[in-house]
Formats: sequence, structure tokens, C-alpha cells
Amino acid sequence: MCLAIPAAVTKILPDEMAVVSIDGVSKEISIALIEDLAVGDYVIIHVGYALTKIDPEEARRTLDLLRELSAE
Amino acid sequence: MRGHQCKLDIKNGCIDLSHGSGGRAMAQLISGLFHEAFGNEWLARGNDQSAFDVGGGRMVMTTDGYVVSPLFFPGGNIGSLAVHGTVNDIAMAGARPLYLSASFIIEEGFRFSHLKMIAESMGEAARSAGVHIITGDTKVVERGKADGLFISTAGVGVVPDGLDLSAENARVGDRVLISGTLGDHGIAIMSKRQNLAFETDVMSDSASLHDLVVKMVEAGGHGIRLMRDPTRGGLAATLNEIAQQSDLGFRLQEEAIPVKPDVAAACELLGLDPLHVANEGKLVAIVSPEVADAVLAAMRAHPLGCDAAEIGEAIADDHHFVQMATSFGGGCIVDWLSGEQLPRIC
Amino acid sequence: MKYVDEFRDKEIALGLAKAIRAEVDLARPYRFMEFCGGHTHTVSRYGLEDMLPNNVRMIHGPGCPVCVLPAGRIDMAIHLAMRPEVILCVYGDLMRVPGSQGASLLKAKARGADVRMVYSTIDAIRIAEENPAREVVFFAIGFETTTPPTAIMIRLAEKKHLSNFSVFCNHVLTPPAMQNILESSDIRNIGGVEIDGFIGPAHVSVIIGTTPYEFIAEEFGKPIVITGFEPLDMMQAILMLVRQVNEHRHEVENQYRRAVIRDGNLRAKEEVSTVFELRDRFEWRGLGRVPYGGLRLKPAYTKYDAELRFGMRELCVADDPACECGAILRGIKKPVDCKLFGTVCTPVTPMGSCMVSSEGACAAHWTYGRFRDHQQRPVS
Repeated sequence: MCLAIPAAVTKILPDEMAVVSIDGVSKEISIALIEDLAVGDYVIIHVGYALTKIDPEEARRTLDLLRELSAE
Repeated sequence: MRGHQCKLDIKNGCIDLSHGSGGRAMAQLISGLFHEAFGNEWLARGNDQSAFDVGGGRMVMTTDGYVVSPLFFPGGNIGSLAVHGTVNDIAMAGARPLYLSASFIIEEGFRFSHLKMIAESMGEAARSAGVHIITGDTKVVERGKADGLFISTAGVGVVPDGLDLSAENARVGDRVLISGTLGDHGIAIMSKRQNLAFETDVMSDSASLHDLVVKMVEAGGHGIRLMRDPTRGGLAATLNEIAQQSDLGFRLQEEAIPVKPDVAAACELLGLDPLHVANEGKLVAIVSPEVADAVLAAMRAHPLGCDAAEIGEAIADDHHFVQMATSFGGGCIVDWLSGEQLPRIC
Repeated sequence: MKYVDEFRDKEIALGLAKAIRAEVDLARPYRFMEFCGGHTHTVSRYGLEDMLPNNVRMIHGPGCPVCVLPAGRIDMAIHLAMRPEVILCVYGDLMRVPGSQGASLLKAKARGADVRMVYSTIDAIRIAEENPAREVVFFAIGFETTTPPTAIMIRLAEKKHLSNFSVFCNHVLTPPAMQNILESSDIRNIGGVEIDGFIGPAHVSVIIGTTPYEFIAEEFGKPIVITGFEPLDMMQAILMLVRQVNEHRHEVENQYRRAVIRDGNLRAKEEVSTVFELRDRFEWRGLGRVPYGGLRLKPAYTKYDAELRFGMRELCVADDPACECGAILRGIKKPVDCKLFGTVCTPVTPMGSCMVSSEGACAAHWTYGRFRDHQQRPVS
């Protein structure tokens, strides 16, 4: 696979770098592949790079759908 | 010892080859640094060996080497780890640990101040475990021939009469107990390795478990079949080892296995499984179902067992599999780690 | 962990399992290939097979860049790493991958090669800056997900005028490999492929989007659902595939909407196309030579190509003839059908690509699933 996990952006650093946090673990990563990032956004990180922002609205919709399918 | 020209310059000095040469510099190092830190009547006699009395009962003996990198980590250092690790190997037999030996292989250039901190935490760890470091050895190797400092230890202890903890005692239906959260030590160490560099508050769980063992034996008596400390290879390696030796299998409940959220997060980040990550202050006990609740209660009443949990049971299995019902609802095997534990990208 | 734990919920999983059971047609099989090793890992680690009806079978595809790296490429890297001036930077996964005759980078390191494990391409740049007198080579490997970080690093090396830095490029592409599974010449020898649908890549699709799979859905008539790596993502995707099969549809659907959009990550794609171009053919272990299956550096960047800089000679190593990886990767055989599985071939001594990384079909079955070979599956 491509091991990648969601992490919250806690600080934007110079040179297209940022600090992200996952449940108390923080790590400095590159955000050179992403535009318009803000503190509080969630990104998917892989080999020290943010690959994309997570769309919170879509995540909620998927979860709603999952619950719905599960309850049928 | 008389005739030393000047005291060790702990603040600025460092080890050179003369500190391992058997001459005055070595004697000065031993008396000025190690005796100071370990301080006990046996070392004070200055013999090449120490005589000691043991009461009745069977003796146990263990030996271990410590090559941890980095030498200092959140929650301890190589010195305290060496004492805890040796004490725990003795305690897993249900034995009371008594005496330790310690041998130091030091790289030329190693700073006195670091050696002093390490020796002091060894002394501290020994005192609080009620054991004595009664003999030792010091060798110095040239720069580049050791990673700062290696410590090897031996330890002896006495098993109370009638207690016999061993893998062949385990039976189908026995319960698997764990004394607390998994993976703390391994993650604390990895967080400080330069090529992984992540920040976390996770501390090593490095601790002496003999007192916890005493309370467990009081509560469970002969109902305790065996105990192991899941160090390298983690819980997975320990249970697979026990399964082979006891000719049984195990079935675990993933939901019941305690893992701290930040340890779980670091494992996700690195692609590791907490069940494979090392612990230095945890034990696994296989106990009969009759005493399981009592032993678990005794563990939870002890500061080093407050997160203790029953995580599974022994089952009949010719293949000696350690199976796990996943918290998601399916089943899987918990296998040995294959080779070195390396962070993954995929 | 936000966006992780919610997608591992047992109660919802049980409900979804029920929904899948309610919708499958018991008269027919559903053979779904999860292309990615990440999905294989999820199937095995969470025990998804136990939650699916007997006639829904998951086939573990070749989607693990470590597994499909030919042994010859590892041999080439070992030769390179043994040169005294070279520091070879690698991802941890590569350390144990076997080359020919049991060689590996881990063993080369023991024999004196300067092999350093890095977590990120950023570390490789740092090592090059710290060692100006040495030649620092980054062993680049991975699918479309892992390629943009390599591209960024090469452009950074150029910006910093790092003359002691180069890349041994082994980046491979997913869609051509999917196509190869469905139509390669090998199929004539090993029999037809029976796949009713694909669980499509998660993080590869984050970068390339969903459009590159459309031709597979159209030309081969196979449904594809782009799917996240969490177990609930996979359960939902399996339900979506079952529905497509039942309704005789073959479309590209996107289950992983929280991270994947149709066009993917434009900025990342641009970085990659600036630096890399297609190779005519690139060997995939287990699949053979895949047309347009890999990438190389564009002419403007060949000064960073380690293969040219060090005149690296192409090495080819044949896999053990008894190894069934080719058939296993295409879903024609199962790991237990291979004579080598669990005898001479285990994760400690892998012989074929499927056993190399924990994500390979054989390694996943060995590590997590082999207890099922000894028990009857309950009829649900």
C-alpha cells in the first residue's frame, strides 16, 4: 500500500513545511504538494509529505451513509 | 585507596584507554564513580568477587546484555534499564532478586558526566528494587569500537519453596493476563532516533516488577502457571514462544489489549504493530481460571499493574497459533515478527 | 484517531456484513481483486474474510511496490551500495527485500555498505548536504503516491546545486499493471482470469484521481470502486461492487470521497510530469515486463539519474520456476496452491514477490490468515 494516515495541522512553518499531530504524536512534514492549508485542517501524510486535505464534509457524508447501510 | 593525584573531573573529563588498563586511572574510576553510585559493603571490600549468603529455596540465575541506542531516553537510560531488565528476568520465576553483577564496556571518549548519570541511575534502581550490585568489571575499547557504552549483567535470586513457574504448567482454559499498556518502551526509544524524529510524551515503562510479582503470587499461589516479560518482539513473540513450549494455542481479544492512544498513533505513523513493540516494565501471566480474578485484582491494586487486563485464554491447538478476535469482528493470527522491526512506507 | 477510529467501528461493520449478505446472489461467485497491498493488509489484519459470505472471495493483487520490485533491481542497488564513495538512502521496507541468492541491503550493510534508512526524501537531501565528499543516492521506489515526494526532492537538489546527489528510480504505475493482469500474454499459459471487480487504490488515487481507471472499466467491463484503507471503507466498497455486479454495471465509483477527487492532486501531478517520463517497459516481479509500467527521469534531469551517473548495468534474475506468484497475483491460484508456500518460502526466507513484504498475498496469508487452512469456514 502506501502507508498514509490522517493528521491535524498544528503549525505552518516556512519553506512549505508544517507540524502535524496525531493523538499526541507530532511530526514535521512537507506541505509542498498542497495549496491553501490552514491550522486545524486534516491532511493525509505519506513518507513525510501531506498528499491532500481531508474533506470533512465528505467524511461526514460517508459515515452517515455507512450508518444508513448498516441499519438497513 | 590512597595516592590518587587528583579527583576525576566529572564535569569535563572523559574516558581514555588508561581507564581500562588496570592501572591507577582505572582504580580511580571504579572507586570514584561506580562505588560511589552503587555503594555497598561487598564492593567496599574491593575483592575480585563477592561472597554472599542465600537462605533456603532454589536459586535462579540470569544474564543479559544492554546495547540500547540512544543511551538516554524518556523515562530512563541504559543503566536503569540494565537493572530493571535483570531484576525482571529473575522475578518472572517468582523469585526474589538478591544480587547483580555489572560489566561495562566503554568507548574511548565517553564523558564522565554521562557515565556518572548512568551509574547513579543504576544505583538508584538497585536500591529501590532492594538488590545489590556486588561485583563488576570495566573495559575500555578504542573509539569507534562501541556505541558509547554497553552493559552486561548477571543476577541471582531465590524462589520461594514450592513455587515452580514454567511454560509446561499451562493448561487449556488458562487465562492470559497483561500488567499494563503495550509498546511504551519501544515507541519512547524510536521517538529519539534521528532518522525517525517525531515528538511524543510517551515514556519508557522501564521498571522492576518483582514487587508486583510478590503480590500476584500471594493472590494466585499455584494457580499462576508462568510469567514472562514481553521485551524485544513484544507480546506477540512472548505468546508464540509460550505456545510452542506449552504445546497449546492462545485466543486473544483485541478489544481487551491495553495500548495508549499516542503509542497507537506512533505505530500507525511508522506502520508497526503495538503487539510487536518492546516493553521493559510489563509482564504476561498465564493463570488458572480459578485464580484469574483474584490475581487481576491484585495486579490492579499495584501501581505497576493499574492498567492490567485479562486479554485471552489458552486453547488446544496442534499448530500453536496465537489467534486474535479483532476489535472489528473478524479473526487473525498474531505472528512472530519476521526479522528486524523496520518502519514501513507500504 | 480522527478519521481512523470511526472507520473501524464494529457495530457498523456487523450491519454492513448483514447488508452484503442480504444483497449477494448465492447462485454466483463474486471474485473481487483488491489491487493494493494496503487493502490486502486490511483484509488480513481485521479478518474481513470472516465477515463476508462464502461466495464473496477477495483476490490479493500485486499492489505493493516492494513486492513487485524485481530481484535484479535489488542486486543493482547492492552493487551500487558496495562502492566506497556511495551512501545509499532507502525506505525501511527495502532493507530485507531479497535479491539473488539471498542477498539483501541489510546483509550488504553488514558487509560494510553505507546503507541508511530514511523516513522521507527530505532526510536524503539532508544527508547529501552533510556529506559533500560522498555520493548520496536515493533508492526511489513506490507507486504514484510516493513519486511526487521524489520529484520534489530532485527539484530541491537542483535548486540547492547539490552535485553529489542522485536517484535510483524504480517508480511504477498502477493502471498499466491492472491492464496487464487482465490481458497479458501470460494468461494464455496460466489460464483465464476470473475477476468480477476491483477494489481500486486509495492513496494512489489521491494523486492521480479516478479518471485513469475509466478505460479499464469500459474496455474490460469490470466495475472498479476507489476505496479507502480502513476496514469499513472496504466493507462499503464490497457492497458497492456487489451492487454493480448485480445490476450489470461496470463503472468507476469513488468510495474514498473524503480524500479522492476525480482529477486528483493537480500540483502533485505537475511536479511528477516535470521530472519524470514513461519507460517503454519495466519489469514487475511476478507480472513480467509491463508496457509503460514504470518511470524514468526526463532528459533535463538525467544528471540526477544514478543509473547513468554510475553506469549501472541492468541485471535480470529469474524467479524460482516453482514459484506461483504470477498466477497468485492474477487470482488464478491461492497461496496454499503453491508448493513453496510455508515450506521453503516464508516471510523470513521469501522466494517470490508475494512473500516479500507483509502486504504481499502470501505473506499476508502466512502472517494473519493461515489458521483458516486448518479449520472449516462456518457457513453463513
